[in-house]
Amino acid sequence: MSKRLASMADWIDARFPMTSTWKAHLTEYYAPKNFNFWYYFGSLAVLVLVNQLLTGIFLTMNYKPDASMAFASVEYIMRDVDFGWLIRYMHSTGASMFFVVVYLHMFRGMMYGSYRKPRELLWLIGMGIFFVLMMLAFTGYILPWGQMSYWGAQVIVSMIGAIPVIGETLSNWILGDFMLSDAALNRFFAYHVVTLPVLLVALVFIHIVALHEVGSSNPDGIEIKAIKDPVTHIPLDGIPFHPYYTVKDIFGVVVFLIIFCGIIFFMPEMGGYFLEYNNFIPANTLQTPDHIAPVWYFTPYYSMLRAVTVNFLWVDAKIWGIVLMGGSVAIFALLPWLDRSPVKSIRYKGPYFKIALTLFVISVFVLGWLGTQSPTPLYTLLAQIFTVIYFAFFVLMPWYSKIDKTRPEPTRVTG
Amino acid sequence: MADFEKKQEPNSRRRFLIAATSVAGGIASIGVATPFVMSMLPSERAKAAGAPVEVNISKLEPGMLLLVEWRGKVVWILNRTPEMLATLKKLDSEVADPTSKKPQQPQYAQNATRSIKPALLVVEGVCTHLGCSPVYRKDIAPADLGADWLGGFFCPCHGSKFDLAGRVYKSVPAPTNLVVPPHTYLSDNQLLIGADSKEAA
Repeated sequence: MSKRLASMADWIDARFPMTSTWKAHLTEYYAPKNFNFWYYFGSLAVLVLVNQLLTGIFLTMNYKPDASMAFASVEYIMRDVDFGWLIRYMHSTGASMFFVVVYLHMFRGMMYGSYRKPRELLWLIGMGIFFVLMMLAFTGYILPWGQMSYWGAQVIVSMIGAIPVIGETLSNWILGDFMLSDAALNRFFAYHVVTLPVLLVALVFIHIVALHEVGSSNPDGIEIKAIKDPVTHIPLDGIPFHPYYTVKDIFGVVVFLIIFCGIIFFMPEMGGYFLEYNNFIPANTLQTPDHIAPVWYFTPYYSMLRAVTVNFLWVDAKIWGIVLMGGSVAIFALLPWLDRSPVKSIRYKGPYFKIALTLFVISVFVLGWLGTQSPTPLYTLLAQIFTVIYFAFFVLMPWYSKIDKTRPEPTRVTG
Repeated sequence: MADFEKKQEPNSRRRFLIAATSVAGGIASIGVATPFVMSMLPSERAKAAGAPVEVNISKLEPGMLLLVEWRGKVVWILNRTPEMLATLKKLDSEVADPTSKKPQQPQYAQNATRSIKPALLVVEGVCTHLGCSPVYRKDIAPADLGADWLGGFFCPCHGSKFDLAGRVYKSVPAPTNLVVPPHTYLSDNQLLIGADSKEAA
């Protein structure tokens, strides 16, 4: 039997690089042996991606992308379709958990300097994934056509209209109408289920290709490829991804799924953070809800959008708010060139970086919380202060990372 | 492969053909993309929608706000009491464009009350910041808006404030006053929204 299987594998290998691909990316892909907790989130992001793709397919079987039927079709899925509620909650919880794992994955990169040379392109591809993910979340949130879907989209679409000169034409082109309506819902559905998922899967694929080309970084921020066994040419601090890290990641998957199922079964709305209460009201084009806030993963950027209240350099505060909000996301892409520290990992970086990163994390949480609250003069002031701190982390990095007191990196990983 | 390219490099005829083919291919790509890009513009049906709407305002009591839909947007009709109108003057120093200099209204509404009839404000209920619909807050000096609040419109999305003539306050995210749509009175109680005169409709 095994002989027959082996000859079958040979037959395929003569026509398709099956065994060699398996080896290059799993059994003979050498990853640093000192991965810790923070290295679970890449594989978990793939897990959530698969969850979103699968549940999404089944949701499209009953969802209707029509402004007059969308809301009712979602309620139909929740009440009348067998296990429809479960599939929808898997999808909606998956959306939030996607951002949880991606944010932790990005934070890992910031802590251990994973974006540094030679992984700049890997980081940029990751930023592309992050951007597509945000587009997916935005288009997906519109689909139930509830109050938050409608008014959230209204705010984002108005930003396009605010672009000087071409804004209005561009906004009409994007919406397919002169206002947010059925035409927009219909095409956002097309983006959400075809264009963006295809893009996302393609980007994830090249993200992994790029990773396997340069090799994984590690908590010490040193290159394991620098010291290889003289005979086998295998990095001395590397272990094969399979079986070592497949087994580790399966453990991570089990723990993650326990939490994931806990949310799905006991708190799918997460107190209004994952699914907002106002979105259980059908879209009313005549009335904005008294209190609107985006879903939690967008609140930090949303806070910065409304933090700008003064005109500056002949440009309206409105445009500055939009620029700041876009900049707050895009600026991550510059990290590989902003960081001038001689070492990569936080383990060997000095106090300046540690303080800066701590302040940055605090500002993200404060801005995120402020974004869920109604704007008051005090909150606006707080948002302004923390917006400055947020940007200072990036803009001042070339200086504080350079003059920081670092410790020497080890030559071998330390565990 | 590299050798092959190296051999061909000095050949200017080949280089010309590559360039010509690339240009032709590029033009063809733009041609093919055109119908797809155009298909995303507002359709003929969307363009045809948007006729003026007629509203009966006989039942609109002083202080009351009426919501009307026009071109998918909300239009407010506010019947202002004399006390409400008196607040406008007091706020001249608080608002960004007190005399409505920016073209956010037709000529006939470019006055102190931003309206044709002083009492009746007709304005699009769409925040000039990012398109939310502000909330009508006629209560004076509520806890959340402060002791100076004389009534007006508050946008819950990003905190922009407008007075009872739709004039935007200073230092809020919205840059301009609320838009006054074209409108005209067909009779004392019949209002037409979406046209400057009976004939234009």
